[in-house]
Amino acid sequence: MSTQNDEEKLALLQGTLDLLILRTLIFGPQHGQGIARAIQETSDEELLVEHGALYPALQRLEERGWISAKWGTSSNNRKARFYTLTVAGHKQLGKETTKWRRLAKAIGRILGSEPVGG
Amino acid sequence: MFGRKRKVDDFCEEIDAHLQLEFERQRGLGLTEEEARAAARRAFGNVMQAKERFYESGRWLWWDHFRQDVRYGARMLRKSPGFAVIAILTLAIGIGANTALFSVVNGVLLNPLPYAEPDRLVALFTKAAQFDKFSISYPNFLDWSRENHSFSSLAAFRGDTFIMTDMGEPERVDANMVSATFFPLLGVSPMMGRNFEEKEDQLGAARVALITEGLWKRRFGSALDIAGKSIRLDGNLYTITGVIPATFHYQNENYHSKAEVYIPLGQWNNPLFRDRDTGMGMDAVGRLKPGVSFAQANSDMSGVANHLAEVYPDIDKGQGITLVPLKQNLVGDIQPFLLMLLATVGFVLLIACVNVANLLLARSTGRNREFAIRNALGASNSRVVRQLLTECVLLALIGGALGTLLAAWGTKAALKLLPEALPRSNEIHLDARVLLFTLGASVLAGILFGLVPAFKSARSDIQGTLRESGRGLTGARHRTQSAFVAMEMALAVVLLVAAGLMIRSIGKIWMVDPGFDPNNVAFFIFSTAQPLGATPDAIRQSYRRIHDAIAAVPGVESVSISGASTPMYTDSELPFWLEGETKPTSQADMKLALFFAIQPDYLKVMKIPLKRGRFLTPSDTSGSPVVTVIDERFAKQAFGNEDPIGKHIHFAILNQTAEVVGIVGHQNQWGLDSDSTSAIQAQCYFPIEQMPDALLSAFDRGANGMIRTSYAQTDVAPSLSRAVQTVSSDSVVYDVQSMNGIISDSLAAKRFAMSLLAVFAVLAIVLSSIGIYGVISYVVGQRTHEIGIRMALGAERSTVVTMVLRQAGQMAVFGVVAGLLTAAVLGRLMASMLFGVSFYDALTFSTVAAILLGVALLACWIPAHRASRVDPVDALHYE
Repeated sequence: MSTQNDEEKLALLQGTLDLLILRTLIFGPQHGQGIARAIQETSDEELLVEHGALYPALQRLEERGWISAKWGTSSNNRKARFYTLTVAGHKQLGKETTKWRRLAKAIGRILGSEPVGG
Repeated sequence: MFGRKRKVDDFCEEIDAHLQLEFERQRGLGLTEEEARAAARRAFGNVMQAKERFYESGRWLWWDHFRQDVRYGARMLRKSPGFAVIAILTLAIGIGANTALFSVVNGVLLNPLPYAEPDRLVALFTKAAQFDKFSISYPNFLDWSRENHSFSSLAAFRGDTFIMTDMGEPERVDANMVSATFFPLLGVSPMMGRNFEEKEDQLGAARVALITEGLWKRRFGSALDIAGKSIRLDGNLYTITGVIPATFHYQNENYHSKAEVYIPLGQWNNPLFRDRDTGMGMDAVGRLKPGVSFAQANSDMSGVANHLAEVYPDIDKGQGITLVPLKQNLVGDIQPFLLMLLATVGFVLLIACVNVANLLLARSTGRNREFAIRNALGASNSRVVRQLLTECVLLALIGGALGTLLAAWGTKAALKLLPEALPRSNEIHLDARVLLFTLGASVLAGILFGLVPAFKSARSDIQGTLRESGRGLTGARHRTQSAFVAMEMALAVVLLVAAGLMIRSIGKIWMVDPGFDPNNVAFFIFSTAQPLGATPDAIRQSYRRIHDAIAAVPGVESVSISGASTPMYTDSELPFWLEGETKPTSQADMKLALFFAIQPDYLKVMKIPLKRGRFLTPSDTSGSPVVTVIDERFAKQAFGNEDPIGKHIHFAILNQTAEVVGIVGHQNQWGLDSDSTSAIQAQCYFPIEQMPDALLSAFDRGANGMIRTSYAQTDVAPSLSRAVQTVSSDSVVYDVQSMNGIISDSLAAKRFAMSLLAVFAVLAIVLSSIGIYGVISYVVGQRTHEIGIRMALGAERSTVVTMVLRQAGQMAVFGVVAGLLTAAVLGRLMASMLFGVSFYDALTFSTVAAILLGVALLACWIPAHRASRVDPVDALHYE
């Protein structure tokens, strides 16, 4: 169980889910549930990912050829569909990351330095 | 290709696996089984929604729907086979007619000519005072080739026939004399051997010939060593240089060359051919240089013509050069007919669509509940409309497929029936473009006739329909149906008016007096391999002997060998001036008269009335004074009220002065419909005996002839052949045609248009009477209850009949009036195709109106009668 209430979690910005999925897959093939968990855990439970919302995104990425999928067996011996980052996906991840960093920086500048305390 | 990329089942399995993994993770965190399952679901969100989103994100959703619709549509059609059969047949007729006609338009008008870069090809003619397309004299052609700057090459050609001997029976072969540039210009290479060389296209060069693939197979057994072999034509040996593939054919405006042999034009040693004064039926074709426009070529050639007029003022003055794009030259005349017919079949298809739309409307009453239920179950309106349209397009496609079969068969049959009517008729096929057109027409038709019924069904009120058990809504519906029927009637009226005007025109044309009696008259051509005589006198004698031999054939009443003009078949003109006038400086300034070189019995053969003086007689010989007989129009045009008998006329080309000894009636030369408006109407007759020696030498290998037989004969060719062979052994008689046949061939295009219009108009009547019958039957069915009440309240049977007929009559009258108005507006478009009737011909209009109203009332009689038989008790019980 998470330590925070769902209401306090951050909703994902439009378009960021794709980036997060690609980023997660950099460590190797993973299935849908694993990806969802990984995003939540690496973000220190800050991000709210409804697992169901993951699938249209996975579908989209697969159609674009950035990830590929194959049925396999999970660590606890369950059948699951594993997603792998493709070469094109790697490139895309690079592009998206740069874009995202520039965006974050720009927004950060506009908002000014973090207020103390808060 | 047509499956979705990933099966829905596979996706569902993945979701289940996800939930299972999450469940196990939550269990691992210490939750109870119940709690863990709930937590997994909560983390996932809406499972159903995820599945739906996956399903709808599939690129092939529309395809799934489409397949569903098609399956459903097919099932619906199977369930009502009567409706399906009628609708499909109606559409097959409409689409089939369109496919057939479009395949004709495609082959004749749209497809490029089968030559290299056909758009750069231009037909050239001499432009004479009275003719835009006059044949070219060879010396002029050579000068055109030398002096122009617009054409990369010019080629000349003329048709001729030869008698082929040394290979069994003597056989006539059609030949084309062509300049060496002809085949290279058109981009045609022989399949074997080589084209003619420049040096072979000269007077005195060795005789060479190209033969067609057909002749090569037929007479040479497809011998591979054909090049270098020889062929004997008109007694001379020609060395074959190559074989022209069967795919090649060259058509002229009114003439489809069946040539099997080609020989170099420049070799022809006929002295008249070298005369700048004489065009020997020679035309030319040119290929524009890259970058030169048609207009530039036109002005360049008029410069060439002006220059020649300066150099040869007595001959070329007043002459120009006519240029016409080759394709336009070939199909220009037929274009308006084809476009009119295309519009006509478009109308037929519209009527078919309206008919099917009406059937659908009538049927949709029964299906209202079905749609209401689907609506209630959550189908959107657009989904229902789409499904109905799919059903309609399905119908149309089946109809289209059937129609294509009909078209393939019908086109072949129609073309066989009237082969003379169309240029390029051998290029008409159902090709990819035609099939694409049919597909497009079918889909469009399906949408067209489906749209109104579909929207009407989709928009109907769900609750009302479900509550009312299928009745109701009928008012608006049969208003639409009535409007449809009126529209159909209007379209049928337009077609019928067009057909009626065409039929009236042809009737009027047939009424035109040709000036001769064509019944039992036959035309023929004879050709000999050897000259008919070595001297002009020997030739004259041969002609007399041939005349006598043919006259002795049983059944032949009278015969005349004839040269130069033949009515409605071929024409030849002589420039002339009258005695006492100063000789015009150039031929272009002289008047022209149609020239008939004949024998004295010509008058009996053609039964032309002798008006004054005498006709030519056997005593008009080369030794007696030169005489001529002129026709009434010549007399009136040249002499006015003076008496022409005894006057003298100077004729150029013949270089003779002849005394007028008689006047005969005018013969129709240019075709029944166009003779009276033609530029050259004067006619003059000369005895072949008195033809000048030079001209006679040009006639030494045969001529035309006319015979009158005592009864209509179908196969006189063999006996004519035998008769001519008694004078010249290697001779052939061919092209034997009845004069009536020649007249009707001259009307082929008009008759073709008339027949098709009549067929389409009858189709239109049949379809629209089915339409009006259907609607009235439907309305009567709907009103059974009301009629029952009326009758229970004492209405007479006749009142009921009148009531029903009145309703039908309103529709019909409205449709007919609308149709007549439309016809009056559109009629202008076909004015140029009519003869002797105006496009708003009152008789045609009123007859058509009467026919359509009659047919409409007849079609309604059965339902009206049925209405009057309604038993009031049954009708009221029914509720």
